[in-house]
Amino acid sequence: MQLDIFGINPLTVLIFAPALGGLLVLGLPNNKTIVRWASLIVSVGIAVLAALVFFTYDRDLAGYQFVTDSQWFPPINARWTLGVDGISIAMVLLTGILVPLSVLISWEIEDRAKGHLALILFFETGLMGVFVAQDLMIFFLFYEISLVPIYFLIKEWGGANRQYASTKFFIYSIGGTLGMLLATQLIGLTAGTFNIETLTNPATGWPGFNPEGGVFLGADIHTVKTLAFIGFFVAFCIKVPVWPFHTWLPDAHSEAPTAGSMLLAGVMLKLGAYGFIRLVIPLFPDVWVSEVTVLGAFTVDWASIFAFLAVLGVILGALAAYGQNDLKRLVAYSSVNHMGFVALGIAVYAAVYGRMVVTGGDGGMMQDAIIAGNGAVLQMFNHGLSSAGMFLLAGAIYHKTHTRDLRQYGGLWVKAPVYGAVFIFTSMASLGLPGLNGFVSEFLVVRGSWPVFTALTAISMVGLLFTGSYILKGIRALLHGPFNLHWRDYHLEIERARVRSDRSSHRADVVYRNRPELDPTGNQ
Amino acid sequence: MSADFLYDPNFLPWLIPVGPLLGFLIIVLATNRSRWVPATNRHEYGGHHPAYDGMSVPVVAPASRVLSVIVGLGGVTFAFVISLLVVLRVSQVDFVFGEHVFGSTAEWMSTGITNFNMGVMVDPLTTIMLIMVPLAVVCIFIYSIGYMAHDPRQARFFAMISLFAGAMLTLVVANNLLLLFIGWEIMGLCSYLLIGFWFEKEVAYKAAVKAFMTTRVADVIMLLGIAYLYSITGTLNFRDILYNTEVLETLANTPAILIGGMSASGLIGIFLITGTIGKSAQFPLHVWLPDAMEGPTPVSAMIHAAAMVSAGVYAILRMYPLLEAGSHPHAGEFNSPLLLMAIVGGFTALFSATIAVAQNDVKKVLAFSTISQLGFMMAALGIGAYIAAAFHLITHAFFKALLFMASGSVIHAMEHGEHHTHEHAHGEHDDEDEDDHAHDHAAEAHHDGHAEHHEEHHDEAHSAPHFDPQDMLNMGGLNKRIPVTFYTFVIGGLSLAGFPLLTAGFWSKDEILADAWLGTTEGFGPHAFVFLMLAIAAFLTAFYTARQLCLTFLGEPRSEAAKHAGLGGPTNIVSITMQLPLIILAVFAIVAGFVGVPPDFPIFGAIFSPEHNNFKHFVNEALPPAIQAGAPAFNWFPVGISFLVALGGLGLGYLMYGRKPLKAGEADPLVKMLGPMHNVLKNRYYFDELYEIIFVKPAQATARVVSEFVDRGIIDGTLHTIAFVFRWTGDLLKMLNLWLIDGFGDGVPRLIGWTGLQIRRIQTGRVQQYLLLVAAAAVIIGLAFVVSAGAAAN
Repeated sequence: MQLDIFGINPLTVLIFAPALGGLLVLGLPNNKTIVRWASLIVSVGIAVLAALVFFTYDRDLAGYQFVTDSQWFPPINARWTLGVDGISIAMVLLTGILVPLSVLISWEIEDRAKGHLALILFFETGLMGVFVAQDLMIFFLFYEISLVPIYFLIKEWGGANRQYASTKFFIYSIGGTLGMLLATQLIGLTAGTFNIETLTNPATGWPGFNPEGGVFLGADIHTVKTLAFIGFFVAFCIKVPVWPFHTWLPDAHSEAPTAGSMLLAGVMLKLGAYGFIRLVIPLFPDVWVSEVTVLGAFTVDWASIFAFLAVLGVILGALAAYGQNDLKRLVAYSSVNHMGFVALGIAVYAAVYGRMVVTGGDGGMMQDAIIAGNGAVLQMFNHGLSSAGMFLLAGAIYHKTHTRDLRQYGGLWVKAPVYGAVFIFTSMASLGLPGLNGFVSEFLVVRGSWPVFTALTAISMVGLLFTGSYILKGIRALLHGPFNLHWRDYHLEIERARVRSDRSSHRADVVYRNRPELDPTGNQ
Repeated sequence: MSADFLYDPNFLPWLIPVGPLLGFLIIVLATNRSRWVPATNRHEYGGHHPAYDGMSVPVVAPASRVLSVIVGLGGVTFAFVISLLVVLRVSQVDFVFGEHVFGSTAEWMSTGITNFNMGVMVDPLTTIMLIMVPLAVVCIFIYSIGYMAHDPRQARFFAMISLFAGAMLTLVVANNLLLLFIGWEIMGLCSYLLIGFWFEKEVAYKAAVKAFMTTRVADVIMLLGIAYLYSITGTLNFRDILYNTEVLETLANTPAILIGGMSASGLIGIFLITGTIGKSAQFPLHVWLPDAMEGPTPVSAMIHAAAMVSAGVYAILRMYPLLEAGSHPHAGEFNSPLLLMAIVGGFTALFSATIAVAQNDVKKVLAFSTISQLGFMMAALGIGAYIAAAFHLITHAFFKALLFMASGSVIHAMEHGEHHTHEHAHGEHDDEDEDDHAHDHAAEAHHDGHAEHHEEHHDEAHSAPHFDPQDMLNMGGLNKRIPVTFYTFVIGGLSLAGFPLLTAGFWSKDEILADAWLGTTEGFGPHAFVFLMLAIAAFLTAFYTARQLCLTFLGEPRSEAAKHAGLGGPTNIVSITMQLPLIILAVFAIVAGFVGVPPDFPIFGAIFSPEHNNFKHFVNEALPPAIQAGAPAFNWFPVGISFLVALGGLGLGYLMYGRKPLKAGEADPLVKMLGPMHNVLKNRYYFDELYEIIFVKPAQATARVVSEFVDRGIIDGTLHTIAFVFRWTGDLLKMLNLWLIDGFGDGVPRLIGWTGLQIRRIQTGRVQQYLLLVAAAAVIIGLAFVVSAGAAAN
């Protein structure tokens, strides 16, 4: 597999090309058309490269591919190590697909378009970096870098409550990673390397680390490992988000501009789930299955706690979504609901893998764990597509109506038949209708978790039921019912003309709103 | 080779769902094109658009309308032809269990150690469904051409029912439970979209949501059953599970997960049956189906006859060897899934038959009758009467599709009559409303200044009291207005009532009762329960059918609309396309019964079943030999009961409603007879209200609590508290900085500054002053020196 570009590893290119593209966009003249097309071309180029990497990747080989390894920071032995396996490759493709789409929807941004587009491209650098990093320091670096562009996107281009939302998002995320930073240093210090592949080897890597006498830095090694585990656990729980660490999400997602919401929900949440799969499961197999006492009464292992929180996220996320009257908040809460299934799949995988490492046997559950793990990764990908689609559609209708309040819509399907059909289609994908993508992954997770966490899986069905409730609530409020005559002179339909003659769009919007009979699209 | 391939029943089934699915895609992506014309609430908009103040609304373009109809009809016709080919090929084979199961698979997804294969399968059960479903679906499509001819969204309608048909056919030919479930759920979506087809009407979209959510309750439980089955057996393929007695035995002997005292197959069975309880609208999840009548009538026929509710029973028939595993209903041994079916089915059959008696809406009667008849099938399956249930599924599909479409024809005629009356009252008889291109007329009228007239028209329609074209109390005397509908309705109704010997409904219902009686004579409790419930339910069925027929068609018209009802004359396209399917289905509503006549039934057995009961002989081979039905000897008692309840019910109904038909404004005699009970029945035992109180409202309240109190209150409150503490600490530190540290830090430079300021005063730049200062200083220093030296000397 040779995909090198001018002798540079394709993964390195995937990391740096967006940032360079962003710089290029910043250096261009202040012409909206030019910067828009430039960033679109850059992001499409990266998408093509991501797709090439995806399709060149050899599925029949185990281990990492497209690996590059060079010196980076010798004093602490952190190296520039990149590589992809089947899990990262799916996320790389997802990022590649979603960024051009969010650049396209950013055509609606008139205010400081250049900065907006450049930030999207910088954001892509952070995301790609996390997914291809095979060095713990590099991973951490990009994990933090990705926060900055999206913070500014929310803060500068967001909705009315953007200051609160962006601050909450940033502090919450940064605060969550403090423990992770300490844990990363601890692991790097003891193992002498930050290479993820080396560290995650169950026998020789960090899980096998056992100093003499079982005491490390004056504490029991198990306690140390548990503390390190908690550092990672909390950081990734916030990102996924796992209930009850989720409340930054509805604010950030609903206040972000459409492109920001798409990338937040589509890709950024996956950083957390990816972190669990890439780091927390293989680094701490013994901790996952070690017992802890909760509230002084129950003794459960960490995997079960995680599964419990996942199911709470599924149920309470769906209920909270059902209770919203703001379209974007509803869609935002749907992420809590759907990512709950990702977390459930991860919990199953963690439990079975942990048992396997500790006891040497899988208890006959390896097949379940594989199915659940596959389901979780597939659900990450599927949720990335459907939630980004939902945010795009929510943003599109907001762009036309300047309201997100579900109670102010009503019967819009009358005037927007195509938009309505696309909305229903995407909603159904989000709902997990069999035949569309969400179902396959949810089914796999349910199938995998049933033998491992039977009762919790059964309870999670309540959440699946309420998924239907909030999706139908959205469709009902937006599309069904008598047409709200307030919008009678508005353009609500998806129009090709609007994209093409963008420069005049703002003006045209005003003209046609007042004089519908002049509309060349013939819709009036 | 290629010709062989085309006729190979192993591969042919793949093509069956393709036609309608492709039709759906083509209509959605290509042929559905609308034009924007000013909205009116004229007849051609089905009266469902509000006036919209002259706003433009999309109306399907005439060419697009025709194309979409052709594409949709073409798709199902293709499916029909392929199904027919498959059926012809397959029926030449003399099936033996486990052999000759046609089908093929393709790899779909790798699940780590194993692969998941998707595929198609044709066995006797599939075959009978392949006879019934495509035929009924084609009839429904033809009917929709006329019924929806004036709807502004006819192309969308055809797209949706094409998808519906495609999903149903996928479900029928599926060779595994997951593919079946996919078809099952897509049908759920289609029913949601189609019930809410007139989405501007509040009742319609509410009914759509209700249908989707009620069935979803059952579907998520069914999903658990599928996951459970898959995790135990490692496959969902029917052939590997149902045609494999070892697997079935293992499942029956494995104890269930979590729940003690039950076998794995029992728990899976209960999960799967729950799915059917939702889909086939059995108690307690029956509430969605009557409301589903808000959709266009062809949809009702689709949901209640050919597709959705049949799918529920079909799924149980399909999984029957699994559900039955570990018990022998013919020997009086019942496991929990069978008991559940017997109890739920028997109860639902009677329960909803009582509700049907008190309904005045022509479609609602049929809706409750459907629930009741599905209860018959469930109950039959609960007592092991597999063949009888399958038989009743097929015959019921024919006569119920017929009845729904005939009632749609009645409603259409009433709407026409109402429209006619309305126009007539304004002194302008307008026949254009039958024109396919009537919306053109509306558009033109708008342009040549007739707009005012139409405006008037709306206002009138709005101020007029609401007229319900579905209320049977408004009908009467329609037998003369729409004779073809009348005769076919009578055939369908008699079949439903189980009119002895001639109708299909008699033979299938009789078989259920015969099987139930056989078990009763051997002293099996469930059989006795089912026999009793179904016998009473059958009596009520006959009664409400007679009531419906008499109220609708006999006597004098009870409203102006009924007086002018009609379908626009015998040569009208609407009239033809709506009545042709009725005739086809009426034939099947009679002859379909003769394939399953018991061979030792006097006279009829000798004519129709000289060798054996054809239907039973064929379908029996879908079951493992151990649970195949035997050949019970002919017994006069259940047949006598069948005669008695059918004729008794019909007779009583005729006596009450037919001999002296109701006059306009006259009250239903039942109201007086039943007293307050009538209200309870009319309101369906208040189940909707009950569910609203115990499920819907609490769910909404919980949602509000979760989003407002838990998330914003507790979790965000905690976060804000932490943030507040940090900010407060920060502020405190800032104050300390200001007073203490800054006070000290700032104080020193300020002192220096102040000193400098004072000292600066002497820096005047004048040399004399400096010299003076120097002299003064010298004097002071000199004095000090002298004083100190003196002091030292002392």
